[in-house]
Amino acid sequence: MTEEIIIAGFGGQGVLSMGKILAYSGVMQNKEVSWMPSYGPEMRGGTANVTVIVSDERISSPILNAFDTAIILNQQSMDKFEKSVKPGGLLIYDPNGITTHPSRKDINIYSIEAADEAGKLGLSKVFNMIVLGGFLKLKPLVAPENIHKGLEKSLPARHHKMIPDNENAIEIGKGLLKPLNVLN
Amino acid sequence: MGELRLMKGNEAVAEAAVRAGCDGYFGYPITPQSEIMEYLMAVKPYETTGMVVLQAESETASINMLYGGAGTGKMVMTSSSSPGISLMQEGISYMAGAELPALIVNVVRGGPGLGTIQPSQADYFQAVKGGGHGDYKMIVLAPASVQEMADFAKLGFDLAFKYRTPVMILSDGAIGQMMEKVELFDPIPRRTDAELIAQCPWAATGKPKEREHVIITSLDLDPAGQERVNLKLQAKYRQIEKDEVRYELIGCDDAEYLFIAFGLSARICQKSMDLARAKSIKVGLLRPITLYPFPEKQVAEIAKKVKGILVVEMNAGQMIEDVRLSAGCSVKIEHYGRFGGIIPAPDEVVRALEKQIIGG
Amino acid sequence: MEEQFAKLDIRKDENIVYKRTNLLVDRPLSYCPGCGHGTVHRMLMETLEEMGIQGNTIGVSPVGCSVLAYDFLDIDMLGAAHGRAPALATAIKRMWPDHFVFTYQGDGDLAAIGTAETIHACNRGENFTMIFINNGIYGMTGGQMAPTTLPNMRSSTSPYGRDVAIMGHPLKMTELIAQLPGTYYVTRQAVHTPSHVRKTKKALRKAFENQKNNTGISFVEVVSNCNSGWKMTPVQSNKWMEENMFPFFPLGDIKVDGKLVEKKEAVAKE
Repeated sequence: MTEEIIIAGFGGQGVLSMGKILAYSGVMQNKEVSWMPSYGPEMRGGTANVTVIVSDERISSPILNAFDTAIILNQQSMDKFEKSVKPGGLLIYDPNGITTHPSRKDINIYSIEAADEAGKLGLSKVFNMIVLGGFLKLKPLVAPENIHKGLEKSLPARHHKMIPDNENAIEIGKGLLKPLNVLN
Repeated sequence: MGELRLMKGNEAVAEAAVRAGCDGYFGYPITPQSEIMEYLMAVKPYETTGMVVLQAESETASINMLYGGAGTGKMVMTSSSSPGISLMQEGISYMAGAELPALIVNVVRGGPGLGTIQPSQADYFQAVKGGGHGDYKMIVLAPASVQEMADFAKLGFDLAFKYRTPVMILSDGAIGQMMEKVELFDPIPRRTDAELIAQCPWAATGKPKEREHVIITSLDLDPAGQERVNLKLQAKYRQIEKDEVRYELIGCDDAEYLFIAFGLSARICQKSMDLARAKSIKVGLLRPITLYPFPEKQVAEIAKKVKGILVVEMNAGQMIEDVRLSAGCSVKIEHYGRFGGIIPAPDEVVRALEKQIIGG
Repeated sequence: MEEQFAKLDIRKDENIVYKRTNLLVDRPLSYCPGCGHGTVHRMLMETLEEMGIQGNTIGVSPVGCSVLAYDFLDIDMLGAAHGRAPALATAIKRMWPDHFVFTYQGDGDLAAIGTAETIHACNRGENFTMIFINNGIYGMTGGQMAPTTLPNMRSSTSPYGRDVAIMGHPLKMTELIAQLPGTYYVTRQAVHTPSHVRKTKKALRKAFENQKNNTGISFVEVVSNCNSGWKMTPVQSNKWMEENMFPFFPLGDIKVDGKLVEKKEAVAKE
């Protein structure tokens, strides 16, 4: 098993930390992982993206041109990465702020209205975990207990009281997916 | 099994240095390697192992602090990125001349000049051909993973003290910034001053009455004396070339074509290999791990067995010169490079192989 | 001659009024006759011997005339790159906090190319001693203009005299670093007369004693002659130094026990 994922959105949406929690959960499940961020000035408010690879084998390139899954949280990232999903792959996106929706017919496409839901529930800080929940519903790469461990390892101790909120958000996310194009 | 963590390359090399028993880190902030000093300041090794961590006023000061610490036998390291490493060349040359052990981490970014903060491999020449003035070399280790960032901190110190020479870890912005699973080795206690004095009789540690005073210098005004210094250095380099070559071969047994790449480029080439082999192109990879000493013999041998070699680097063609010197004219050798902070994608490397080597 | 001296040997303990300092290596100094370096070397080594700290002192020599200081001083030493001695000493002292550490630097080294290292080591309050030999010229490279070359003073790169409008002003590095909170003892001395030599030795002792208490930088400037570079006899150069250097670089303590000394006390009394 090798899952190659791009997570892309605005800086501040928790793109990098979502990837880190997923990667750390993978470590806890004895997987090989890599987490390769875009870095530099764009981290501060512009677009941010991270390539996460979770695999049973030694990972070759941490830099990829095609992905099994793209998790997309803004329009710029949609423009950039929709075309990078491998045929038969998966695209999950939050339609909030998206003007040009994905149109490919050779990939599975789901939307997840995580920003709306986070706003309604007052959980804006764990918006990214709602999105992660949606992904894990479709690709259960890591077991819930290892996600718990991944959260413990990724979050500084002073934020450990937030772990239940994070786990709750993941559960909420699992119920929010809307299929838009599903291959047989 | 050691402790498992998900770490950035920059964090891993810092943590590993503490665990290797490092006595002192001296550095100056520069992207994309500032996490090294940030990590050290956050974990406060001066309260646990007693390791000194100091932010200097410049890279010039950092490298000369390294020279001072190394001259007293201490296990010292610094880190920087390309423009900062350029500033350090003075001190590296002095340390090579004075035969001092030290670890220097270069998390390379694109140049020339201020360039970019994105990853690059354009400091290959500077690292392996000398960089500073005079006839000297330093051992250059090229990590291709976060795990190797950790492992090479320990290896780097070992080699530095074995040969009394500066050792450089030539990384890049991507290896520094990316996170991977790392298995950390168990901490090794710092040497006590008594152990250091016993192990490093050459070091300036304070002169007891019964021994001659130690002088740490790279100066010999007498040409005959300075020639002897150079001959001694060259003899040491021949020994290093004989004993310390490190490399990795992947998928070379049935290979008709070959990638040669180091560091991040070698990781990309591994993916390119998979893509190429899916198209029935039998390509292997030779990854030099030590860039100096360069695996000359291994390149020469494998060059006889393949139809063509593509050297893939994030620069305009630097290591390819060493590949050509090693392999001679027996086989077609071409370069594929991206630079200025652009990382080649696995598929474009395959297209380059098809166009420049197979079709060309 | 040898035989003659052997017969006339009067070197008996009761006759000895002057001898080589134990901590100076038994070899001829490379300095020009009349130069102040040798005297400072001697005072420095006497100080270390009297304090009994030869075995745990590490010195750093500069680039300049005293580049070979390590050949004469019988202690463990490192030769620094030009201007970088304070960076070396910073690491040495932090790694060997119980050792006594000093730098020995000239004006080009300490106040031109090493300005950043000097100021930042002083500002961090590193716990070592800096010895600054100021003779207003680059001696080793053949008498070029230094950061401390006086206005109108001739050198090989200011052959018609230092024109401050073109070449800038001489730098009073010692006054400058005295302003920094990291310096504890800052003084300016000379070694051209026996009484000045004694004062310099006292200053060196104080500077090294301060290291026991980790007080921060102790900085001893010695205004010295360069009879070769100034193209004078030693006697002429000492007179010229008194008449020209001291008014611009007045002798005396500038900062003692962390407190700046009132300016009038810092002016040399004739």
